[in-house]
Amino acid sequence: MAVESAPDIRISVRNLWKLFGNNDKALLQEDWVKTASKAEIQEKTGHVIAMREVSFEVAVGKVFVVMGLSGSGKSTLVRALNRLVEPSDGIIEIDGEDILQYDNEQIIAFRRKKIGMVFQHYGLLPHKNVIDNVAYGLEVQGMEQLERHKIASEILDKVGLSSWEYSYPYQLSGGMQQRVGIARALALDPEIMLMDEPFSGLDPLIRREMQDELITLQAQVQKTIVFITHDLDEALKLGDHIAIMRDGAIIQQGTAEEIVTKPADGYVKEFVRDISKTKVLKVGSIMKKPKATIQESQSPAEALQIMKSEGLDYTFVVAETGELLGALNLAQVESAVEKGFETSNRAINKSCPRVLKYTLIDDVIPLVAKQNTPVAVVNDHGILLGEIEQSSVLSSIASS
Amino acid sequence: MFDFPKNLEIGYQLSRLMDGWVDWVVINFDPLFRAINAGVLALLVPLEKFLMGEPLSYGWPQWLSMPWWLVIGVTVYIAWRTAGRNIAILTTVLFLLLAILGLFDFAMQTLAITFTATLIAIAIGLPIGIFGAKSDKMDAISRPILDAMQTMPSFVYLVPAIMLFGLGKTPAVMATVIYAIPPLIRLTNLGIRQVDKEVVEAAIAFGSTSRQLLTKVQLPMAKPTIMAGINQCIMMALAMVVICSMIGAKGLGIEVMNGIARLEVGRGFLGGLGIVMMAIMIDRITQSVGKSRESKVT
Repeated sequence: MAVESAPDIRISVRNLWKLFGNNDKALLQEDWVKTASKAEIQEKTGHVIAMREVSFEVAVGKVFVVMGLSGSGKSTLVRALNRLVEPSDGIIEIDGEDILQYDNEQIIAFRRKKIGMVFQHYGLLPHKNVIDNVAYGLEVQGMEQLERHKIASEILDKVGLSSWEYSYPYQLSGGMQQRVGIARALALDPEIMLMDEPFSGLDPLIRREMQDELITLQAQVQKTIVFITHDLDEALKLGDHIAIMRDGAIIQQGTAEEIVTKPADGYVKEFVRDISKTKVLKVGSIMKKPKATIQESQSPAEALQIMKSEGLDYTFVVAETGELLGALNLAQVESAVEKGFETSNRAINKSCPRVLKYTLIDDVIPLVAKQNTPVAVVNDHGILLGEIEQSSVLSSIASS
Repeated sequence: MFDFPKNLEIGYQLSRLMDGWVDWVVINFDPLFRAINAGVLALLVPLEKFLMGEPLSYGWPQWLSMPWWLVIGVTVYIAWRTAGRNIAILTTVLFLLLAILGLFDFAMQTLAITFTATLIAIAIGLPIGIFGAKSDKMDAISRPILDAMQTMPSFVYLVPAIMLFGLGKTPAVMATVIYAIPPLIRLTNLGIRQVDKEVVEAAIAFGSTSRQLLTKVQLPMAKPTIMAGINQCIMMALAMVVICSMIGAKGLGIEVMNGIARLEVGRGFLGGLGIVMMAIMIDRITQSVGKSRESKVT
């Protein structure tokens, strides 16, 4: 079935079902199964449902995080994407091709070229050294040793393991082993990376370090990533898009902000309860429109009048395009009027603090705390969008 | 009332039926068994002569075979390389003891039969074990057969072995193979099944074909367990040589049989001791082959 996908959608999954058992495909033809609960299906048929009508899309270069507790079907889902697990029903389109229609040869070619995978317990080959582990995907393609070692060694350099090429996995710490796992996936230069709880087995400190490294690495390589985790903090930190799974179904998907601020049901709400909103919410969501702004062409006298009538002692000056030029306080305006400046912009404080609208609130707290004036919020082009004050930041902390 | 309702007729008919089968096989498959016989002898006889320092065949120069000191030297060298100095010294001592007790030639005959049987067992057992690991159905079918092979008294199949192959070395080798192959099959199966599931998944996820999965991942990782299987296989083959000497296999077993037949307890005991010494040497050497791998891997 050829269904058109938008060109920038890399992975499109539609109505994916998986029942573990011998009679899964036939069972899915029966209507009652589609609505029955997990326990009911298991009791009546002995089949375990792992995926229920799962649909999502992942755009090129984005990180899609699937979050769920054990038994939620998230591992099954990620294994379906390279067909380590055969789904019972549904469509998985990768770059517009339904990979469930691939024959054995096609699926092997697909795994070799397009999709890499990183495992929770690393899945390294204990009898091969680090460089041969990284080169494994190239080796099975029949690449010469010299060539594949050259590629593997470049990738190992990238993950900071260049001096460990000839060590064996058991000689490495968990974090280093997982770097080898990531390098092995990158060695194929795949468009898609599947990561099945890659950092769950690591110490909290190492885990955070690896998450940061992944973010840095991802900025360089720009892969499409499907990332599985049971840790909500990790999901919020890494995911451009997050899906929450329970009993095989996706119960909510959206951005981190949407998940935290608008939980779809009690289950999600319970999950996000302990999440500090300031770590998810962006400045843009709490900014207010300034009561008034001064145009650069307006005279100090006009500015003084505007400020007095609005009761402001601090305001922003913008160009005609809306670009933020600087700020003025009452004292500056008054002295400008005395000096007889023709336009306001000669008096302004050009280095007034400003933040981008998609900065996390958590990150602006120190700045806002020591500032007793409002802080300007701008977009990428420096256009003034609004302002934030101590009070609004405080209330967003209080509400979380 | 207190007698079990038995029917002698059924048992009788069943045993007659099996007699019929064996007769039928003997009559109709004679060429096949002759061919197997020739094949086994082609492997076994030169090996035996080679180890005993005799010309491999009539008219062949003797220098193609190994004199006794070279056999000892090579074995000790192998022991030293695989198992270390202590086992090498042990091997030297045991070998010299065998020679001094006049058991060296018998020991070489036994070794030849054991090796031949082990080679055949590996050639048959390894593929069956691999297949059993890949297919649950095969596993389910082979399990009871292996149980039967291990518990069936070996005398029971010695007789049909003689009927099929005639008296001599071949039935001894084949009976030894039947006796010694189950642990090899079981441990090969187990070793492959025990390979970490995630490593297998990783190998598949990176585009291995099933052959690559087997040769590059499963077999190397199962090697310690498979080596343990081969070790068990050799040990059981050694244990079988006494019984096989009843149907014409030469070697240390003959000494034991003769000792029993003539009520020469000491002679039988020495023969048995020879088997024990062989067993110790071979066990230590083959075990360390498996272990040196294992310590590198884990």
